[in-house]
Amino acid sequence: MSVRRLAKEQPASFAFSADTMATATWWIAKYPAERRQSAVIPILWLVQKQEGWVSEPAIRAIAELLGMPVIRVLEVATFYTMFQLEPVGKVAFVQLCGTTPCMLCGANDLKTVLKEKIGPKNHLSADGKFSWEEVECLGACSNAPMAAINDYYYEDLTPETLGQILDDFAAGKSPKPGSYVGRGASEPHGKIQTLLDPRLYDGSAARKIKLPNAPEKAKKAGKAETSA
Amino acid sequence: MVGILEDKDRIFTNLYGLHDWGLEGAKTRGCWNATKDMLDAGPAWIIDNIKNSGLRGRGGAGFGTGLKWSFMPKEVKDGRPHYLVVNADESEPGTCKDREIMRHDPHLLIEGCLIASRAMQAHACYIYIRGEYVREREVLEAAIKQAYDAKLIGKNNVHGWDFDCYVHHGAGAYICGEETALLESIEGKKGQPRFKPPFPASFGLYGKPTTINNTETLASVPWIVQHGGQAFLELGKPNNGGPKLFSVSGHVNKPGNYEVPLGMPFSELLEMAGGVRNGHQLKAVIPGGSSAPVLPADIVMDCTMDFDSIAKAGSMLGSGAVIVMDETVCMVRALERLSYFYFEESCGQCTPCREGTGWMYRIIHRIEHGEGRPEDLELLNSVAGKIGGHTICALGDAAAMPVQSFLKHFGDEFAYHVEHRKCMV
Repeated sequence: MSVRRLAKEQPASFAFSADTMATATWWIAKYPAERRQSAVIPILWLVQKQEGWVSEPAIRAIAELLGMPVIRVLEVATFYTMFQLEPVGKVAFVQLCGTTPCMLCGANDLKTVLKEKIGPKNHLSADGKFSWEEVECLGACSNAPMAAINDYYYEDLTPETLGQILDDFAAGKSPKPGSYVGRGASEPHGKIQTLLDPRLYDGSAARKIKLPNAPEKAKKAGKAETSA
Repeated sequence: MVGILEDKDRIFTNLYGLHDWGLEGAKTRGCWNATKDMLDAGPAWIIDNIKNSGLRGRGGAGFGTGLKWSFMPKEVKDGRPHYLVVNADESEPGTCKDREIMRHDPHLLIEGCLIASRAMQAHACYIYIRGEYVREREVLEAAIKQAYDAKLIGKNNVHGWDFDCYVHHGAGAYICGEETALLESIEGKKGQPRFKPPFPASFGLYGKPTTINNTETLASVPWIVQHGGQAFLELGKPNNGGPKLFSVSGHVNKPGNYEVPLGMPFSELLEMAGGVRNGHQLKAVIPGGSSAPVLPADIVMDCTMDFDSIAKAGSMLGSGAVIVMDETVCMVRALERLSYFYFEESCGQCTPCREGTGWMYRIIHRIEHGEGRPEDLELLNSVAGKIGGHTICALGDAAAMPVQSFLKHFGDEFAYHVEHRKCMV
């Protein structure tokens, strides 16, 4: 398991922004009233979106909001690896997938690019704009190698395209997420061989159908059951 | 004999996202068609259809879905509501199929959730999506809103079965793909698996009867009920009903997601994925996500892609994540990275797994870096044997099986590494 601790340097205080609080309230409403604690992961995430990382005062504020002991929130914040316990790159925070399928497809070459352009992993660049870390499988293995940059996936990368993406971020642009070899998603390269039948998409599938082996008097039976 | 899947028999008709994911597009493709008739036919009829279809869980374990549903209490009693929970925490290395369902065909999943909830007398469903899938979560939330707005779900909806559907997200813990860890995570705790029994069907989310199903499993349900269980079964092979999504990754010319009938020969799937990358030869395949034991080329080429055939060959179909490796792969290095994954992702609850995964990683690491000792291979096998079966959840076995299978099939490479302090390939 990964051992994670809070940052040594902590801000003096934390306050929810109006937006964060509104979304937090929306999350809390998803769960039964006596189960507010369920919203802890989504709210930690919102706080991270607001501040860039999760600080100790923020953890206390969340505990108060949800009526939880502070230690329970701390436990969650340190258990789940998506919570950044130290500041990360403000312009681009790169999470490179290094697990086997990506490794087979060249993730290690991408690490070299990140080291050159940003520096050692888990360290903020000198200007505080960039940082990178290696993460475990991000679930886009058919588009390997890939990295998540500021939440969105950049796929089918090469050292050249990743270098270009980082340069674009540095130049203040917003490079487009998705595949960098021209794929739309995880379809095979080149011409696709399946899902070409026009009848799938012409609306014929939406015509009224009769369910096979439907029970007789289905409606009556259904009604009887709901009223029972 | 299993043939090629025709387009008309495909469930995931927007797998590649070439068409509208929204409600209108989904309806054109046959989604939300006759849903009310299905619900009106009653829970027993729905469950019978699923049982007859031979649908087996698409998340990894391959447990019969209809049977799992029938474990739920028949009636809601003592004010204990039933819950449906969707496992969309797709984290098994190699697996990337549920992602395509959620961002390209979310209404299939939502309709499946409604039908399953009716079958199990549940009025609420939580979809647990992994935290990293931010884009996928945005699409899913938007699709759910469309369904609420069109009164397809929610209170007093057109289908006559009150049903609330909520998205919940994780934050980067592989272990939350284990069903009871996932429940703990929804409850706002560390994702550490629970002892079983009690099973979730009697004591699940918030202590209430709960069924947890994989995304692909539930997204297949509307098709099955529309076409009948028998039609689904006939697309696959006995006891392995239907088509399934396979995520092919690694050293192939055309990595991607492919929907193929269960029982298709591995060689055909490989051909579909463009074959092993140009100028190279197949060395090994992990057929069902990183936790499944690796199979060398000669064995896997004789397999068909279904639960029973792969199990007979000594591995698992798992989630259908096919990781292909060619002859340039150093198996020690491949295993080193895999072991690091389990070391990093162990939740820390059970000692054999928490300590053992690190121990295995350190041994493989030193073999890979030319510092292996002659007794290391035996030690590795011994540690792996002491983790497997000695932990609360299956992560222990999942960490041990790759190590044992790599040593079994490629032991000579490991021995070469120890002896010559360098790589064979």
